[in-house]
Amino acid sequence: MNQAEHKEKLSVHDALAPIREKIQACIQCGTCSGSCPNEFAMDMTPRHLWRLLLMGQAEDIFHSKTFMLCSACYYCTLRCPRGLPLTEAMGELKQIAARENLVPYNQSVRFYKSFMESVRRHGRVQEMEFMTLYFASMKSPFLPLRFAPLGLRLMSKGKVHLHIPLQNDPESLDAVFRKAEEMEKVRSEK
Amino acid sequence: MKYLYYPGCSLEGTAMEYNVSTRAFMQAMGHELIELKEWTCCGASAAEATSRLLSLALPALNLAIAEKTEGAKDILVPCSACYLNLKKADEKIRKDPALLNKVNLILKEKNLRLQGKARVRHLLDVISQDIGAENIRTRVKKDFSGLRIAPYYGCQCLRPYPVFDDPEMPRSMEPLIEAAGASVHHWDMGGKCCGASHINTEPEAGLELVLSILREAEGADSIVTVCPMCQMNLEAYQKKISADYGKDLSVSVLYLPQFLGLAIGLSEKDLRLDMNLAVSGGFRNKLRGKRSEVRGQRQEVAMASAA
Repeated sequence: MNQAEHKEKLSVHDALAPIREKIQACIQCGTCSGSCPNEFAMDMTPRHLWRLLLMGQAEDIFHSKTFMLCSACYYCTLRCPRGLPLTEAMGELKQIAARENLVPYNQSVRFYKSFMESVRRHGRVQEMEFMTLYFASMKSPFLPLRFAPLGLRLMSKGKVHLHIPLQNDPESLDAVFRKAEEMEKVRSEK
Repeated sequence: MKYLYYPGCSLEGTAMEYNVSTRAFMQAMGHELIELKEWTCCGASAAEATSRLLSLALPALNLAIAEKTEGAKDILVPCSACYLNLKKADEKIRKDPALLNKVNLILKEKNLRLQGKARVRHLLDVISQDIGAENIRTRVKKDFSGLRIAPYYGCQCLRPYPVFDDPEMPRSMEPLIEAAGASVHHWDMGGKCCGASHINTEPEAGLELVLSILREAEGADSIVTVCPMCQMNLEAYQKKISADYGKDLSVSVLYLPQFLGLAIGLSEKDLRLDMNLAVSGGFRNKLRGKRSEVRGQRQEVAMASAA
């Protein structure tokens, strides 16, 4: 393992600690798995994921797509007999994948980051810019084709704005984003 | 009554007709909406997937704008994802003064300060609790007695905060549909997940969830929704899903205020029915009272002309 990989591994491991704390009281009953609408598409059940998290098995967690397949329907959170914030914990695993740019989650991470970049620049998301950023970041010539039919239908309905977004938009949220990033960095370095 | 109004990004783009029909319906029912000035994105599902602090600070910023806005206290939010983001930030901040301070450090960058006084309300909450079925019944102008409507609630207006409905077995739309003179398509899918943004990032899983909903909608003339993400997922992929499944599953999909608006006599134009992606010719005829020709028919798809 080179130094960079080692460093990444350590930071992922540390980042898991606060999430582990949140689900410490998990009794492995499996209500979450039984309630999850996406379980059919997951390589391991949510219950299994929580077990790995309790045991600190970062490597297995981040080889699995399970947490990225959470669509935040909140059934598990609602039904968990221990009242654990499971959807939130799924979200925090997604945040680690995004922060560390973990390769297996490229498609989702770049989608969310492109969305956030457009919000950062203009305060509100500009769909055309968001999708353009996403396609550019994925560097796949075929990806836009998947979205083209719907894009054209939306355009024909006048639902997609074609104007070019402002540079240095006065509504930019750059300062807000920078402050939040700075505070999260301090927290993770502690 | 007056409400502060947070439309959210979708309602300015892909869900314009939800914005137009919400405004038209609320106005027709005698309520005034005060749109928040300079509102910003709530973070959608992207903030939660990238930064915990931003996922709270972005909605908090809008709560702070709402607190500054005079004229009303309740913030009306039609989009379920926006609603939950705003609601979650509000709930968390009220319980955790340290978190409030942290968020306020971020909001200071925009010269805003949050106290925790606003009240976040989903559109369905306002329609079902404040307006109520009786009020709608007395204003009904159309005869919708031949229509069968499937109420689709989705997830985030119901869970994790059970505010105005049962989070497992939602019923709040049923009296509204009946008040409009239509009958309710009873099904178990009302509160099930449509896959949200999976359709973009995990399309196979997303399409499977939409399929399971469309399959159960068979027999309904239309599904009604209260969320732009649900609406788009249910209306935009019907052709592909039908082709893959080997059976025509097309069905009209309307936003709730479009449907209720029609019932109280607003025009299809007022409610921008032309912007929906799935409103069949047969359903339109039924809306216009030409009932006999099309009863039970689900073949015709307006989508085809747009595709």
